[in-house]
Parts: sequence; C-alpha cells; structure tokens
Amino acid sequence: MIGAITLLLGCQLLGELFIAATGLPLPGPVVGMVILFTGLMIRGGIPETVAKVSDTLLRNLSLLFVPAGVGVMLHLSLIEREWVGVTAALIGSSAITILFTALVMIALKKLSRVGGEE
Amino acid sequence: MDGNFSDIWVYLSASPLLHLFLTLLAYLGGQKLYERLGMHPLVNPVLLAVIVLVVILTVTRTPYLVYFEGAQFVHFLLGPATVALALPLYRQVARVRKSLVSILFSVIFGSVLATGSALAIAWAFGVSEATLISIAPKSVTTPVAMGISEKLGGLPSLTAVFVILTGIIGAMIGPLVLNIFRIKDWSARGFAIGVAAHGIGTARAMQVSEVAGAFSGLAMGLNALATAILLPLLWRLFF
Repeated sequence: MIGAITLLLGCQLLGELFIAATGLPLPGPVVGMVILFTGLMIRGGIPETVAKVSDTLLRNLSLLFVPAGVGVMLHLSLIEREWVGVTAALIGSSAITILFTALVMIALKKLSRVGGEE
Repeated sequence: MDGNFSDIWVYLSASPLLHLFLTLLAYLGGQKLYERLGMHPLVNPVLLAVIVLVVILTVTRTPYLVYFEGAQFVHFLLGPATVALALPLYRQVARVRKSLVSILFSVIFGSVLATGSALAIAWAFGVSEATLISIAPKSVTTPVAMGISEKLGGLPSLTAVFVILTGIIGAMIGPLVLNIFRIKDWSARGFAIGVAAHGIGTARAMQVSEVAGAFSGLAMGLNALATAILLPLLWRLFF
C-alpha cells in the first residue's frame, strides 16, 4: 500500500518537476496522470496494490471536493452580486455542451463507420 | 463550567483535528441522506456537506483559512486522485483505440464548447473579469480546473465552487436534455456528460449504464487534458 501511494505521489512530483522545468500551462497532477498512464501501457497491466489504492481514492472522489466547495463562503458576496449571470452560464453552458457533444460524437461515429466500410 | 467549555472549544478550534473530523462527518451525513433518499440526483452529498460546514463555520465565526488547516489533509488527496485517473483511462484503452478519431474530435469540440459557451453567456450578463476567468474551466475536474484558473489569474476557490455546481447541474439536467432530443446511444450520452460535468456527472452515469459510465470517465480525463492545454492557449490569443 505504501508502495502504491509512493508511486502516485512520485508521478505527481515528476509532473510538477516537468511543469517547473518546461513552464507549460498544465497542472502537475495532469502530467502525473499521463506519466502513470504511459507507465501502465509500457508495463501492460495494473499492479494489484496500485489498483486497490487508486480505486479507493476514485470511489471517494466526491469527498475530496468538499474542502474546496466550502470555499464558497469566501465568495458569497461576489456570487450574491453576480448570481444571475453565473446561474445562466452554468445551466445554459451545461445543457448546450451535453446536447452538442453527444450529437457530434454520434455523427463522427457514423462517419468513421462509413469510412471503414469503403 | 462555562469557562471550562469555552477553554476546550478554543483549544479544539485551534487544532486541525476538529475541522478534519467535521469535514468527514458532514460528508458521511450527506452520503447517508443521499442513500436513504434513493440516490436522487437532487440530493448531492457534496452539496449537503458544503452547506452544513458553511453554516457551522458561519455560526462559530470560524474563518475559512482556520477551517482549511484541518481540511487541507483531504484537499491534498485531489493531487494523487488526479494521477489515479490514469487507471480508468488505461482500462478503456481498447475501446479508445477503436474509435480514437471520433473520441478525440468530440473531446476537443466539447472542451471548446463548454468553456466558450460559459464565457459567452457570462460575458453577455456582464459579470466581472475575475468571475469570467474563474468560470471558464468549470467543466473540468476540480484539481485541474483550479490549476488552470490559478494560471490564468482567476480565483481557484471560486472556480472550485463553479466546478462543483456545474457537476451537480450537469448530472441533473443532462439526462433530461438527452431524453428530449431522443439521444439513446449510451456511449455518446456518457461521453457528453463526462465532458460537461466531470466526476459528479460520471458518478451519475455509472449508476445508469456501465457503458455510459466508462465513456463518461474517459471523457472526464481527456477533457481535463484538452482544456488544460487549449484554454490557456485560446486565452492568450483573445485577451
């Protein structure tokens, strides 16, 4: 278990170092995710303890949102001021994104199927 | 007696242990209520925990920074949890290879649409610049969105709030919108919800269909990557 945690933190650390060295506009943990993904591809499988620790983390992912969510108390007055625009943007954008992304995905799948048959 | 109690309270308030404990307790309570109410999408455990904690902190006049001294131990885990997203991505690699081109174009389209439409609507309503930057990465999973927001000069904690609200909203209205337009393809349904509503949307998709859940998780991971690369580039281009 300690090995798996060390691996996850190690990938994150490598990601942070990569960002510091290159100055790329990416968060370190995302680069860490790519590093771990590459490692899994090279190894050709997920070690059991890594699966156990990672899946536990991901199963409780919602809990990890709570401390940041409580940060809303820092911005209550701002949200009170701009709640109409914020609400419209969040609801409108979510509906638009879900509908059109699904439509594009279906259209592209049909296109590639047609292309594959040729 | 009263003096003793307030002494204990002062001691506990100064200790990170109390706020770490309260965070876990509030979440467990939210989770229990969510399960008891049949996992209805309107009852979100994160939202419940946040409301309870904000009320407690407001009543006890505890500043957020004091609370965060304890909560940071939970918050810290978002980093390794993001790294762990490599696993669902790896597990779907066969499926990904099969429709790689349509997946890649869909995620780029979805990423640009999610940020662009939010920016356009918020801008049309005349919200402030800090809010605009903070709302742009709202469809990306929290740790990544906070990182993007910080890099662009937004307020990471405000972004986290928008991300969580977006996840809840997407999980609620996504299935509704898809039903109205009679979109029945489970992979497309899951993918669209994952792009728009990250982890909270994925959790919801997983309950309904395994295929939708898998594609939603995949979309969440890819969208984090796409938005983290595209948004700062587009931002530099336009502002």
